[in-house]
Amino acid sequence: MKAMRDVWGEKLVQLGDSDPRTVVLDGDLANSTKADKFARAHPDRFFQMGIAEQNLIGAAAGLASVGFVPWTSSFTVFLTHRAIDPIRMLVAQTYANVKIAGSYSGLLIGAVGKTHLDVQDLAIMRAMPGIVVLAPADETELVSMMDWATVHEGPVYLRLVRDAVPDLVGSDYSFTPGAVHQLRSGNEVTLVSTGPQTSRVLTASDQLAASGVSVSVVHVPCIKPVDSDALLDAVGDVPLVVTVEEHSIYGGLGSLVAELLTANRSAPRVVRIGIDDTWGESAGNDFMLAKHGLSAGRISERVRSLLPSRVAG
Amino acid sequence: MTSTDTAATAQNSAAPDLPGLARQARWQVIKTVTNAKAGHIGGPLSMMDLLVSLYFGELRIRPEEPDWPERDRFILSKGHAAIGLYSVMALRGFLDIDELATFDKGDSRLQGHPDLTRLPGLDASTGSLGQGLSVGVGMALGARLAQKDFHTWVLLGDGEIQEGMVWEAVQVAARYQLTSLTAIIDRNGLQQFGLPSTDLTTHTDRGDRRDPWFGVDLSAVFQAFGWRVVELDGHDYEQIAAAYRLARAGDPNGRPTVLIAHTVKGKGLSLAEGLHTWHSIVPTKEDFEKARSELEPDEIDLLDSYPHRAPAGVDGADSPTSMNGAEA
Repeated sequence: MKAMRDVWGEKLVQLGDSDPRTVVLDGDLANSTKADKFARAHPDRFFQMGIAEQNLIGAAAGLASVGFVPWTSSFTVFLTHRAIDPIRMLVAQTYANVKIAGSYSGLLIGAVGKTHLDVQDLAIMRAMPGIVVLAPADETELVSMMDWATVHEGPVYLRLVRDAVPDLVGSDYSFTPGAVHQLRSGNEVTLVSTGPQTSRVLTASDQLAASGVSVSVVHVPCIKPVDSDALLDAVGDVPLVVTVEEHSIYGGLGSLVAELLTANRSAPRVVRIGIDDTWGESAGNDFMLAKHGLSAGRISERVRSLLPSRVAG
Repeated sequence: MTSTDTAATAQNSAAPDLPGLARQARWQVIKTVTNAKAGHIGGPLSMMDLLVSLYFGELRIRPEEPDWPERDRFILSKGHAAIGLYSVMALRGFLDIDELATFDKGDSRLQGHPDLTRLPGLDASTGSLGQGLSVGVGMALGARLAQKDFHTWVLLGDGEIQEGMVWEAVQVAARYQLTSLTAIIDRNGLQQFGLPSTDLTTHTDRGDRRDPWFGVDLSAVFQAFGWRVVELDGHDYEQIAAAYRLARAGDPNGRPTVLIAHTVKGKGLSLAEGLHTWHSIVPTKEDFEKARSELEPDEIDLLDSYPHRAPAGVDGADSPTSMNGAEA
């Protein structure tokens, strides 16, 4: 099991090998994001923009305009927050062919604290017309998304986590924009998730199934665009839908699902699990997941509490 | 310490009547803003001589093929001066003069701030200030990597360069020795509102406003950041042409070039010169008539004769090295 950042760095090198248009702009974090692999393999196409993310985005737009395919290398928070105006103006509004790779998204980025945590990126990028917003769950999905993104003409936001994540999708997986994936099928509750959080949701669903709950699990790797009909189909006709994301409960996957469901005449109850309008802190992964209700155990516990009480077996 | 280069006297420039073109473009600005009841005047007028000199004397561009890959890139970073750019582009043949009447109206290609998704010939969308130089950095990096020899020009306002992002680009351009990148600063000494002048700061012709860079030696600042600096009178065509030639030739010491062009806000319209109140204003009927008397071309057919007819020698496609004069 490789760290997602290593997968990203190695895939970048490959894209650099196969496509001379591939360039990388770094915000002085290449040895964290693992863009340093690309810097070693393709030094002439690696640009050190220094600790200056707004200019990094502008320069990426300039490189894109003369035919290159620029990838950014920085922490998500410094892109989707600090450099958001250049992203809005120079990338989204002009449909620039820039691939915004946001490393270190979510809660699990080491003990660095709330300054570096980004749990609003999906909300921000989702509200930005013209950008494709992706959250890969595992190595295979990430690689497939990068293959797709490099061919796609237009801006892409790629939400990356730092650490190793369990395999989720099969080796025959091929990314299709908008597609959703039904991983379990049941009729009492549907759990919807994205990114590596889906793996924890899957574990939670196994725990629930073991205690007799009939659970569906839906994985949504493409936050935007999303195939609304496919998502509604996958959610199915259940009385309870629970969204789970390593992101604020505002504006991300939970909002997306609630917006789509409530546009229908009779919506099920939707409960959103995520970071509940609070800031993070310096802590280890297990602490963070437990505190914010995102560990498998906490998810299954929460879902059980939402279901009609049943006689314990 | 490096001394500031001085733009020397230009060679005789043969063809285009730059003062005449600039006067027409200024008139189009006034007329369009008056009709649209929206837009900016002070900034478009201050940069007009710089812009006309670029589009009719320096840029290697093809109005009939606006996305020509080898073209020079031009970015109007001070995007609020869009109507000035549209007026010059119209005179240069990128669009019909009549289209200026659509400025700021729904579905127009001529948005209040330049939108490259709408109007061919624009190399960047600008308007949120301070962003254009970064795009220019990317274009210059791209030109080097792709081994293309186009030059990238970015026109900034002196108020605009208060934005921090500009200085991010400034340091990266120097680090990468982007000699094919030239920043032009429209140094008109005013911004939209700015600060009131005081006894200490009032020794300019800027009315009751102080220069945004009062007490700061901008030239020294850019030099300290590793840029080659040329100061010039932004209304003197010979100095402008010489500075452009110098910039295109590239600094032998590998520095990017900044042209600090001293200008007068509202230049060419006596009512507006040096006044921050004309930054963004819709002229009254009286002011409009006054402008007409100062700016409207004597021969009305001039307006019809310029579009789509580039003066000989200014199309870089025909004479790609013609503007590449010796260093002044």
